[in-house]
Amino acid sequence: MDRKIRVLVAKPGLDGHDRGAKFIARALRDAGMEVIYTGIRQSPESIVETAIQEDVDVIGLSLLSGAHNILFPKVVVLLKEKNAGDIIVMGGGVIPEEDISYLKEKGVQAVFTPGTKIGEIVDFINEKVEKRNK
Amino acid sequence: MDKRIIKSEKEKWDKNTVDPFMQKTPERKNLKDSSGETIERLYTPLDQDDDYITKLNFPGQYPYTRGVYPTMYRGRYWTMRQYAGFGTAEESNERYRYLLTQGQTGLSVAFDLPTQIGYDSDDPISEGEVGKVGVAIDSLDDMEILFKNIPLDKVSTSMTINSTAAILLAMYIAVAEKQGVSHNKITGTIQNDILKEYIARGTYIFPPKPSMRLITNIFEFCSINIPRWNTISISGYHIREAGSSATQEVAFTIADGIAYCKAAINAGLDIDDFAGRLSFFFNSHNDLLEEVAKFRAARRMWAKIMKEEFKAKKPKSMKLRFHTQTAGSTLTAQQSDNNIIRVAIQTLAAILGGTQSLHTNSRDEALALPSEDSVRIALRTQQIVAFESGVSNTIDPLAGSYYIESLTDKIEKGAFEYLEKIEKMGGVVSAIEAGFIQKEIQNSAYKYQMEIEGNDKIIVGVNKFEMEEPPVKGLLKVDMSIQKKQCERLRKVKERRDNIKVDKILKKLEQEANGNINLMPTIIDAVKSYTTIGEISNTLRKVFGEYKENIVL
Repeated sequence: MDRKIRVLVAKPGLDGHDRGAKFIARALRDAGMEVIYTGIRQSPESIVETAIQEDVDVIGLSLLSGAHNILFPKVVVLLKEKNAGDIIVMGGGVIPEEDISYLKEKGVQAVFTPGTKIGEIVDFINEKVEKRNK
Repeated sequence: MDKRIIKSEKEKWDKNTVDPFMQKTPERKNLKDSSGETIERLYTPLDQDDDYITKLNFPGQYPYTRGVYPTMYRGRYWTMRQYAGFGTAEESNERYRYLLTQGQTGLSVAFDLPTQIGYDSDDPISEGEVGKVGVAIDSLDDMEILFKNIPLDKVSTSMTINSTAAILLAMYIAVAEKQGVSHNKITGTIQNDILKEYIARGTYIFPPKPSMRLITNIFEFCSINIPRWNTISISGYHIREAGSSATQEVAFTIADGIAYCKAAINAGLDIDDFAGRLSFFFNSHNDLLEEVAKFRAARRMWAKIMKEEFKAKKPKSMKLRFHTQTAGSTLTAQQSDNNIIRVAIQTLAAILGGTQSLHTNSRDEALALPSEDSVRIALRTQQIVAFESGVSNTIDPLAGSYYIESLTDKIEKGAFEYLEKIEKMGGVVSAIEAGFIQKEIQNSAYKYQMEIEGNDKIIVGVNKFEMEEPPVKGLLKVDMSIQKKQCERLRKVKERRDNIKVDKILKKLEQEANGNINLMPTIIDAVKSYTTIGEISNTLRKVFGEYKENIVL
């Protein structure tokens, strides 16, 4: 039987804007995925720990405070250190265009900015997970 | 005219005029307000109740539906107050002085997240966040730079600060003293509204009980020492940003206000000693008419609650004075110049709703912190509405509109129903702990977003009239080296100050926190000795513990 895709929606840093994260969590669940949401103010270390414990396929990081260039890559680095580099990391929030290419260089596989349709995110996750599992 | 005649004429109009017309040209579907309720085709005298004196009365008279002052903007315009702050104290000081030269009439300070949550810039948890969403303040040293060459007896300052409000207020008092400005001359506002932090904004530190104690300590201290200070800004803004409807925004904000009044009364204060210093903060969203009705409903409700429930005697205690900010969450990253128009409509709503002060958002806020050019356009938007549009020349000009009055009544009714429900749950703190309020807001937010996803709700440039566009240029970038600079400055402050004195004060604070004495005097002593925000907050964390959110999805 097919295992459901497991996604950790996480908010690193000190930012409390959780409307987007909660919407994504609920919408991905409605799209048939298993979603774990751990609340605001998670350190990169605790995000990685949860991701490994929960055996997730994808981590969705949400941040609107501008600390993304530091905190998103940190999650990617910690995953690799823990031999969990196969977990797909994506991000979203108020993120200027020029930072998106920087984040992609650092291993964040996609960045979704305000106005993104949920269908686009669902498709991205399905494709990436399928490709990885081949 | 007799309402029966209007009713029968309306039935005829429906049958003879509307129905045949609709067969050829049907109406648009899904015409709903933010609560999801259907908006009627037409409002008439049938939707309006005639009790002018009880329900509306004159501006400056109970229940203040038409405004809290007798002349409103005919005397003085609202305060144009742009929320600003980023990077170091020097950079923010420069932005404030720029805004003051451009005709802004009050300051509004944005602090970075470590400052708001009680961490120093060198705390590992602050990594990446220093100076990002506001200015980084660690000690009085930074605060002195922030207000350099800004005379605190001439400007009023609003500070968006909540769980660390006591500390930042203490610093402001200390800076004023250094400028030679006496306590009774300083004016301004601290947000100091912890309940909406648990509900929607997220910069809480301590659990509700000690948080409420800090708030009532501030009420008490200010009522004696800084009589012109607004000790709280009870905020619906963030509740709305989190996705609530207009009715929910009013209901949950007023529920919070009731809780603060009860806490202060339990602490032994008299309602008329503090209620006049309570202020409110609302959102101004896209639906202009609904927003105008919302502001009017909020004023009437608060007046009734203060008079009837809390038995306030002074008229000032019954007046809901409020600041407004346009809705950041309505701004789009796509075709971002369109945001100027959204903000202009929201500005109109705030002014037609009778706000006392206003922040207008900048067009680039879905992309980054606002650039100087964008902030100027936002401020100019207010100035154009004030000086050119004419809407401020008479008071509450939309009053008497069948729709506005019926919607004002409807929002009031819906919000009172929520208040009753919350009361039955044991008050707002219990309702938050049970996740009820958060869940209500999330349901509205989810519905709103799904309507956009399904194209039932059109957002210009997002799900209709889209176009390819190049990345926006000239966005503000916060210097990556700021954290290093700030840590260096903090290190020097710690070297310079009397560390033995700091330790002594922190011990005293810990003892007092364990008891029930007012903490303000000791916090003021602490900041004057350059004790840092992190040190003070960590001392209180030891005694009070930390709040854990109840995650509801």
